[in-house]
Amino acid sequence: MIRIGVDVGGTNTDAVIMNGGEFVAGSKRLTTPDIISGVRNALSATMEEASGKVSDIGALMVGTTHFVNALVRRRDLAPTGVIRICLPSGASIPPFSDWPNDLIEGLDGRYRLIHGGYEMDGREIAALNRDELLQAVTDLRAEGITEIALSSVFSTVRSDMEQQAFDIIAETFPDQSVTKSTDIGRLGLLERENAAIINGALRPLAAEVVDSFLALAKELDLQCPLYFTKNDGTLISADQVNRLPVLTFACGPTNSMRGAAFLSGIKNGLVADVGGTTMDVGEVQNGFPRPAGTAVSVADVQTNFSMPDVISIGLGGGSIINRDAATVGPDSVGHRLLEEGVVFGGSVLTASDIAVAAGRTQMGDYSPGELPELDRLIGALDQKAGDAIARSRTSGEAMKVIAVGGGAVLLPDQLDGLDVIRPPHYDLANAIGAAIAQVSGEDSRVIALADGMTREEAIQSVVKAAEAAAVSNGADPDTLQLLSQSDVPLAYLPGSNLAISVTVVGELNMKGA
Amino acid sequence: MQNRIKKVDREALALIAKGSTVLGAGGGGDPYVGRLMVQQILGDAGSVDVVQIEDLPHDALVLPIAMMGAPQVMQEKFPSGKEIPKLIEMMERLLERKVEAILCIEAGGLNSTIPFIAAAQMGIPIVDADAMGRAFPELQMVTLTLGGIGATPMAMVDDKGNGATFDTISNQWTEKLARALTIEMGGSAMVSLYPILAGPSRPYLIEGTLSTALDMGRILDEHKSGAAQALAETYNGRVLFTGRVRDVERRSDAGFTKGKLVLEGQLAFNGKGMDLSFQNEFLAGWVDGELVATTPDLITLLDANTGGPVTTDMVKYGLSVHVLGLPCDPIWRSDEAISMVGPRYFGIDADYQPLLALSN
Repeated sequence: MIRIGVDVGGTNTDAVIMNGGEFVAGSKRLTTPDIISGVRNALSATMEEASGKVSDIGALMVGTTHFVNALVRRRDLAPTGVIRICLPSGASIPPFSDWPNDLIEGLDGRYRLIHGGYEMDGREIAALNRDELLQAVTDLRAEGITEIALSSVFSTVRSDMEQQAFDIIAETFPDQSVTKSTDIGRLGLLERENAAIINGALRPLAAEVVDSFLALAKELDLQCPLYFTKNDGTLISADQVNRLPVLTFACGPTNSMRGAAFLSGIKNGLVADVGGTTMDVGEVQNGFPRPAGTAVSVADVQTNFSMPDVISIGLGGGSIINRDAATVGPDSVGHRLLEEGVVFGGSVLTASDIAVAAGRTQMGDYSPGELPELDRLIGALDQKAGDAIARSRTSGEAMKVIAVGGGAVLLPDQLDGLDVIRPPHYDLANAIGAAIAQVSGEDSRVIALADGMTREEAIQSVVKAAEAAAVSNGADPDTLQLLSQSDVPLAYLPGSNLAISVTVVGELNMKGA
Repeated sequence: MQNRIKKVDREALALIAKGSTVLGAGGGGDPYVGRLMVQQILGDAGSVDVVQIEDLPHDALVLPIAMMGAPQVMQEKFPSGKEIPKLIEMMERLLERKVEAILCIEAGGLNSTIPFIAAAQMGIPIVDADAMGRAFPELQMVTLTLGGIGATPMAMVDDKGNGATFDTISNQWTEKLARALTIEMGGSAMVSLYPILAGPSRPYLIEGTLSTALDMGRILDEHKSGAAQALAETYNGRVLFTGRVRDVERRSDAGFTKGKLVLEGQLAFNGKGMDLSFQNEFLAGWVDGELVATTPDLITLLDANTGGPVTTDMVKYGLSVHVLGLPCDPIWRSDEAISMVGPRYFGIDADYQPLLALSN
């Protein structure tokens, strides 16, 4: 099974070809402002390196920072309106509260509040009013809104009212693009609503991104399905990216963690991805990144869609050393390391230079120079890295630190008392993570335990539904495994009811591909 | 003499919210939602006037305003914005006089910002004082109780516009009845309780709290990772410990979050260990088995990297923190007060000793 994985990062674009679990070829090229050129460069170089070694390519998987960048740069965002289902509650904190002004302007910042929503125990705050809803949509459309984000109080407990609203809008305005907050976020109305707004704003861009990758694949004669990688490390189809682009936001760190686990063979450990400017630390549990528990700020907006729990610090290959203060970063020469670093003939003392001076690695043609205070400087680097490692741990359990990324060579052999290892192909871990991504299927439903059905039987029925979803998403039915499962008894309904949620994963089905 | 604030604008409110997390002694909830509600009313240029209790007429009616209920609900279901005018109207009708100023009951966390909503909406000043000087988990743990002042008449209003008033025989009954109604209302409500007259209540209030919270917010911003030391020096406290969290135990018990933390010493405290016990707020701390601080003195955690305050809800394994001890207001040191908020009330087998006495 031959797969191509592509990762578009802030500085570099990587492409790898994997044959099952075996590395065949890989290259790293600079990320270009138009994104696609960098992808073309990396893909062409990798395919050339692999020519003669592989024939039919089964799938192309892409992880990209396109969407995060659009948000950070406030570009290519669609005018998005919010309909919050909450009255009589809610008016004291309207949508877009606490958004940076420039971002609200870019999105037009329009909203309507309508009656409805649920209390924490599932009782209705008020009934949904169809006319009120349709009037809100009509008004927002007249004001120039092209995307709508739907949010409602405690839709994490009961999603039916939000679904009902979605269906009513689809019936009357079939061309209206709508994002449901329950598809994206968790507890915390403002953060969940923000995630839905961001999703809506990115939809037109998603369509463009998908089209340009499809065009590139055709140009390079890649006759295989195109997938994107999600925040949780599994694949989604191009169609699904069009609908929920925010689900791919954090795929960079996720892919590097999955790649690290795969390359090292370690399913439970810490991962340190060291780039040119930053070091991201996270934990893999059973081969997947540990998810963040609380709100995550994305481009200065508070959101809470499921993202990996990553600590990011200003330590990378290009981090600038201040010799007097004995500090490393956060300022960095970034991708200009190859011109400005001392070992490359430049004049800026960087973390790479002191790593060479300390004998940790070799690079460049020049000496890093006399550094009498080298111990203090290296000590500062190790302290900074060690602190990030320690803060990422959730217990005292001994585990390895898997170091990946181009800057992985900077790190010492131990951090916070844990061994640091560098697996083969550590500098292409991101793209490898994309290439080995699996397919997931989810199902969430409320099951009434009637006629003697047990809790176990109820859970099994949802597992079956999740497995069917995974297979229809492209998973090989023989490889399915449970990724996560939860069940919560619902007090508000008469009788005994369980809200059950199941996610399964499996390998991409290449048979007959 | 402390510099007392006269006006609170958007920027000052953000500092007060920050500083009040230090006063929260590990608890108090997240002030973010409250801050957003005030910002909504004040807009970019508005401000709330601040008044000292001594500058109010002797029998001016001062109303504490707070939010009651589950933090989970406060994150999902926001108030309608119409609660407070109705609340004030109900209290004025019960007490047959007009309110002249708003009081903060609890200076720590969420309820440090909620009273500002009332002041902004009603266009009346907020008093630079509170009735705890910190956060405490239970309703009756206010300095006003020490002055024999009861929690009722009390009023409660929900997002739908339902209002209820209480006139109870004891503060225990107030807690029980108000809690039951809050749940029926959906888990959160705006309340006004412990109505007071400015003159007679003055001896039982902790003055200057809002100014203190603002100054603390400034110190946090300016000093960042060095804030713990700066706060200790400014407020006559002590950095009790610096270390990494190596164990967190948390459980839900009768509506409170109870538990303990174990810290492994760093820097000046290398080689030592610290244990901390909490019930929403921190109750006591021991370094290498020796008691170094207990309630009602304040124990607060600050992130050693960023200097930001860390509550018992936020603290997690691996975080590097400074443990800051600050003396409580002297009003909490009487025998009667200690029986209400001292370590033995919370089940800790130790007698209260003031912070500085323990360090000698």
